[in-house]
Amino acid sequence: MERHRPGLAPTIRSGGGLVLVPAGFLAVFFAWPVAQLLLRGFSDGGFQAFADTLGSSTIRSAAWFTLWQAVASTLLTLIVAAPLTAVLANVSFRGRRLVNALVTVPFVLPTVVVAGAFLATSERVGLTSGPFALRRSVFSIIVAHAFFNVAVVVRTVGSYWSQLSRDDEHASRLLGQSSLSTFFQITLRRLRPSILAAASLVFFFTFTSFGVVLILGGARQRTIETEIFRFAISRTDFATAAVLSVVQLLAVVLLVVINLKLRGRLVSDRLGQRLRPCQTTRGLLATWAVILLTLGLLAIPVASLVEQSLRTGDGYGLANYAALGDRPPFLTVPPGRAIINSLAFGAVAAVIATVAGGWASFGIVYGPRRWSRLLDTAYLLPLGTSAVTLGFGVLITFDTSWYDIRQSWIIIPLTQALIGVPFVTRAVVPVLRAIDPKLREAAASMGASPQKIRRDIDLPIARRALTIGAGFAFAISLGEFGATSFVGRRPDFMTVPLAISRLLSQPGDTIQGQAMALSVILMILTTTVLMAVDRADGSSIL
Amino acid sequence: MTKNRRFVRALAAMLMMAMIAAACGSSSDTSAAAADSECFTDPGLEAVELASDPASLDGTTITLATHDSFFLSEGTLEAFTAETGITVEQVAVGDAGQLVSQSVLTAGTPTADVLFGIDNSFLCRGLEADLFSPYVSSALSTVADDLQVDPFNRVTPIDFSDVCVNYWNDALPGDEPASLEDLIDPVNAGQFVTENPETSSPGFAFLLATIARFGEDGWEEYWESLVENDVSITAGWSEAYEVEFTAGGGERSIVTSYASSPPAEFLFASQPVDAPPTSVLFDSCFRQIEFAGILAGTEHPEASAALIDFMLSPTYQEDIPLNMFVYPANSEAELPEAFVDFGPLADEPLILDPAEIEANRDDWTERWNAIVLG
Repeated sequence: MERHRPGLAPTIRSGGGLVLVPAGFLAVFFAWPVAQLLLRGFSDGGFQAFADTLGSSTIRSAAWFTLWQAVASTLLTLIVAAPLTAVLANVSFRGRRLVNALVTVPFVLPTVVVAGAFLATSERVGLTSGPFALRRSVFSIIVAHAFFNVAVVVRTVGSYWSQLSRDDEHASRLLGQSSLSTFFQITLRRLRPSILAAASLVFFFTFTSFGVVLILGGARQRTIETEIFRFAISRTDFATAAVLSVVQLLAVVLLVVINLKLRGRLVSDRLGQRLRPCQTTRGLLATWAVILLTLGLLAIPVASLVEQSLRTGDGYGLANYAALGDRPPFLTVPPGRAIINSLAFGAVAAVIATVAGGWASFGIVYGPRRWSRLLDTAYLLPLGTSAVTLGFGVLITFDTSWYDIRQSWIIIPLTQALIGVPFVTRAVVPVLRAIDPKLREAAASMGASPQKIRRDIDLPIARRALTIGAGFAFAISLGEFGATSFVGRRPDFMTVPLAISRLLSQPGDTIQGQAMALSVILMILTTTVLMAVDRADGSSIL
Repeated sequence: MTKNRRFVRALAAMLMMAMIAAACGSSSDTSAAAADSECFTDPGLEAVELASDPASLDGTTITLATHDSFFLSEGTLEAFTAETGITVEQVAVGDAGQLVSQSVLTAGTPTADVLFGIDNSFLCRGLEADLFSPYVSSALSTVADDLQVDPFNRVTPIDFSDVCVNYWNDALPGDEPASLEDLIDPVNAGQFVTENPETSSPGFAFLLATIARFGEDGWEEYWESLVENDVSITAGWSEAYEVEFTAGGGERSIVTSYASSPPAEFLFASQPVDAPPTSVLFDSCFRQIEFAGILAGTEHPEASAALIDFMLSPTYQEDIPLNMFVYPANSEAELPEAFVDFGPLADEPLILDPAEIEANRDDWTERWNAIVLG
């Protein structure tokens, strides 16, 4: 098959240097620690562990469940996100940035908090049993996954869509096609790469989702991820945990390969589409109906959080927030300090993720072809890897001499950055690929070096995508719980999610109220950060 | 097609290289956890001694690894530094299970010098992995004999508590439950919520309580009755207590929690109350003892020993109850008022030998899974 890869004129392709740095980063902080842990598991159990584990029917059914719930969750997420994505990509309206930020809040909330909110909602609305129960059911898992991941689709697809020129669509309409058939025959096809990119991210998150499955699914619903945790933590059986990790990794690699094959070769396009406000009343009504409906759905669990945070003994008030001013019991740092910690770790993680992810994106687009595909795949793997595997791997790898960074603060943002990198590459790569090759060819023919072309053409165009990736990496790190809890921390490094989880594990209703108040603060913080990211980007329109 | 194959091959090569690199990097420490369950046999290890010249430890910094629930008042560890010149850096790593698992993984090159937070349900897993160096603290004379579980003093008891069934006084459908059997009384159908033993430490303690109470032959039948009586199983304590139990606005009035939960309900009530709204079912209490130990491989055994002594001192022990809601191991430590008034312990708590727990843990939880989750 003839591959049309625009923007890849031979003069512009670079050597391996472009891929070596991001590949090295991944090898040192991901592949090496994970391999260490797997080896450790195999030396405990050998091949017998493989046979035992793969032969177990519980594990086989866990693997099957993992797969199908991830597929179902991804589909539901795409469906729920579609209308809002279309609106945000096509219409400019007042409050657009706020909507963009609000829709992202669920994604970055710690799962303990969201799962708790789901359970509380299910108690309140009475959906505690039956097929649509919001707890201890497959349904609750899938709904919660969609709730978490709508933002991934809205933001990834939306940012790509808003930059597509509308020339083809206009032409199609002029030729008499209905707007619906124009959408399905032209727009959807052109959106395919970004939809697949978003879907693959959602898939990885739901494939390896832990807290939601554990808390909402009840003990009956088991996935590979929760089984890894069960064997590694409750049983200290690293042999079985290692086999399961290998199965998980292989599945992820296979899915990435399929994903890369499916991902259509790309559309070259002109950029700089300017959004216009909706002109007709009907359009305006539809726009706001979509926005309010989607946000309304997302708001139900969030509202229950806010309500609980305001609840005081005999009514409602701000007592729980006031109590956070002092140091609540059981927290090793005052909440203010935890917030500063979270922001600081988030900032460092975002910088690491943006540099590594940005570099990797250029490597993926310009590097030697074989290596670029490898890099593209490899950078998705941390998303498909259990926090247990990665966290324990880091612990036994960086354990001696000068590279004993187990106690250092840097370990926290480093681990968080690994999860942020794929967001940067998913956002940047499609944009780089969509750059009109003529632009580069023209620059090259006028004697510009590849470096100069990258600096003066690619980088400015990729800036919006880089900012989005950085914002996501930052926001993820703000709400990150799993990996942070696996690397050892000094008590003054306590982050907001850790503080919330600590407060949630203590009886007494004022303590619960303070946990909820802190969750609401985290939510507001995240919204603000995401709005600031959107503002920093000049092409965003209010 | 060929491109894809080449790509897969390159990927495989990269994985292999990483494996080889990892293999070369690791010193061959194959089996930290020996298969035999020789938990309380003489390890033949030399005990750590206190420094003959305590002043020589001035300026030493040691690391204390704990679970996330570890918490002290400001100034408590500083008092130790003022006394000895030794600085303590604390590192928290997840819950007790995570703490033990990671210590077993890093046995020999520990991340810390002293570990606090291994309890009797995990004890033998740590001891069998040779995590600790023995140390006989002179302060052990203040600790009740039944808390001193390890005859070779590889770990030192620091605190204890009871995991017990709690109930919300005003929300019960019938009389106050007085025994474990009352939980399977139809009047309490749909009232009891407990935690999954594989993901929650109080959940596991409650399973152990039923095994201790009904024996190897009777506990499964008891759980079958619980299931018939519509017991609810949550992943963790928070979902049980803060969502499904009355305290969180839920519909169930009986929950697995701690003997110290009523004092917490009293102290942290949003409206001042005269007495806690909850009570403890003492027949259900399983005793949990938390230990500290000097991690084998530490470069600072003497300073670590000094810290263990300090952890048994009144300064430290009296700081424990209101911060971690457990009872001090030192019987001379004074209890806070709320504990004296509302937090009595079980007179005859249920117990099981840690070696028996370790030997049967996986089997018990498998069987529990079969009964409860079907």
